[in-house]
Amino acid sequence: MQISSNAQALAYLVSAVLFIFSLKGLTHPATARRGNFLGMIGMAVAVVATLLGSEVQSYGFIIAGVLVGGLIGVVLAMRIQMTAMPQLVAALHSFVGLAAVLVAVGTFLNKMDAGQLNAVLMGELSAGAIIGAITFTGSVIAFGKLQGLISGKPVKFAMQHQLNAAIALLTIALGVHFAMSGSMLSLILMILLAMVLGVTLIIPIGGADMPVIISMLNSYSGWAAAATGFTLQNNLLIIVGALVGFSGAILSYIMCKAMNRSIINVVFGGFGSESSGAPSAGAAAMEKGIRSASVEDAVYWMEDANRVIVVPGYGMAVAQAQHSLKEMMELLEGRGVEVRFGVHPVAGRMPGHMNVLLAEADIPYDHVLEMDEINPEFASTDVTLVVGANDVVNPAAKDDASSPIYGMPILEAGRSKQVYFLKRSMNPGYSGVDNLLFYKDNTSLIFGDAKETIEGMVSALKGAGH
Amino acid sequence: MPDTLVALYVFVLACFIGYFVIWGVTPSLHTPLVALTNAISGIVIVGALLVTGLESVGSFAEITGFLAVTLASINVFGGFLVTNRMLAMFRKKNK
Repeated sequence: MQISSNAQALAYLVSAVLFIFSLKGLTHPATARRGNFLGMIGMAVAVVATLLGSEVQSYGFIIAGVLVGGLIGVVLAMRIQMTAMPQLVAALHSFVGLAAVLVAVGTFLNKMDAGQLNAVLMGELSAGAIIGAITFTGSVIAFGKLQGLISGKPVKFAMQHQLNAAIALLTIALGVHFAMSGSMLSLILMILLAMVLGVTLIIPIGGADMPVIISMLNSYSGWAAAATGFTLQNNLLIIVGALVGFSGAILSYIMCKAMNRSIINVVFGGFGSESSGAPSAGAAAMEKGIRSASVEDAVYWMEDANRVIVVPGYGMAVAQAQHSLKEMMELLEGRGVEVRFGVHPVAGRMPGHMNVLLAEADIPYDHVLEMDEINPEFASTDVTLVVGANDVVNPAAKDDASSPIYGMPILEAGRSKQVYFLKRSMNPGYSGVDNLLFYKDNTSLIFGDAKETIEGMVSALKGAGH
Repeated sequence: MPDTLVALYVFVLACFIGYFVIWGVTPSLHTPLVALTNAISGIVIVGALLVTGLESVGSFAEITGFLAVTLASINVFGGFLVTNRMLAMFRKKNK
């Protein structure tokens, strides 16, 4: 069976509309699964319409590729731990990037055979290949950082920005030369240089900025698809690429805003690279020292509380404490205590990271509140439990104009009557900034592994009373 | 109007759709959003199919296309499935 190019174009339109509805479905958790399902249908329509078109003549390699790739994809998706989601996403971004590069190269070879090369086509092809190559190696570096294969610390050296600018200019120059001349050597050099650029752009960015980087690479993967669409004169790829590109861009913007930083600052800044030496307004407060508390102290206050708010951070993910938190939540709710979770937009290693982990532990999503929803609640809350978060509750962001994180919106945990801070050690957060909340009169620190501490609370709650 | 210009029209208008649709996404679903857009950007598979399926294809282009199909398929299958896995976990109280 074969369909006409008009029928194919109409099928692509249906597919594009399905993708739009798919994304729209994520407006609310109740409609989200249907959204994802619509996306699957959209993809199936696009693939079938392409296969039935007149351009696709041989199927052997296609079937082999879909089988191999599909199998790998299914196994990855089924096996992956929820805590490893940022790594998986980074890996998948790199695949899109590399696929875009390969499509550009393959298209060049085919069009060269057919004698259909022209400057506009090759210009578009260069754009797709460059964005794809940057997405590819940038995502590989992000994956390495998230997986701990390479240091999560920002890697900085002299003349870094100048070097990046030089590589970028040279890459574009090669692209222009390729478009003008059709030289395959220029194409290959251009792709290799763009791959180098992907590395040098991402390597200086630290672990705490990963939510922005993941969003940015998400955006790049979309632009790579859109550029491929321009090359192939395929409107579906252009539409979908634009949707994905904008999605990533908006997420990057939201993440930056939640840190009160500009995207330029994140991309070129690199947090936590130097220690903040200058004495700050908080120095006096710090001399007062800290209080440490036992698990029993915290349980004593939580049992009789009206409301307990838990503020989770990356430390919760590392300790895998979400399941114990759910158990604690149920025990407290059994005693009539209202338990809520307050999530900062940049908590964790990717946008929405905490929400997924809490959902994994079967904590109802209507118990998990965003920053703006939870902040008014702290003042009337008896106990706030900070589990593996740090910078996102640091009052220095509000009070200390000399602090590097000054101006960042925070969860106002310090306004609740009691704050218990679960901490492994006294190390500062990823920004390298000391947390003024430690030294407040109503704050106590409970040292130890977050999961063990919560488990201790659970058994104390089980033991007490009945 | 030349084809490239038409493509530009489509692109710019699609950007506006993206802008308005994405702002509606609830922050608690940002991780599934990244995973879903990831799956959707596997749409480069269409390009990969066109490269691979060409009749007069040379052997090197065919290998290139095969690799692209494989990579894009990982994205499509892995992306949609993992999104589904995540979304299945988001429940209300007393389901």
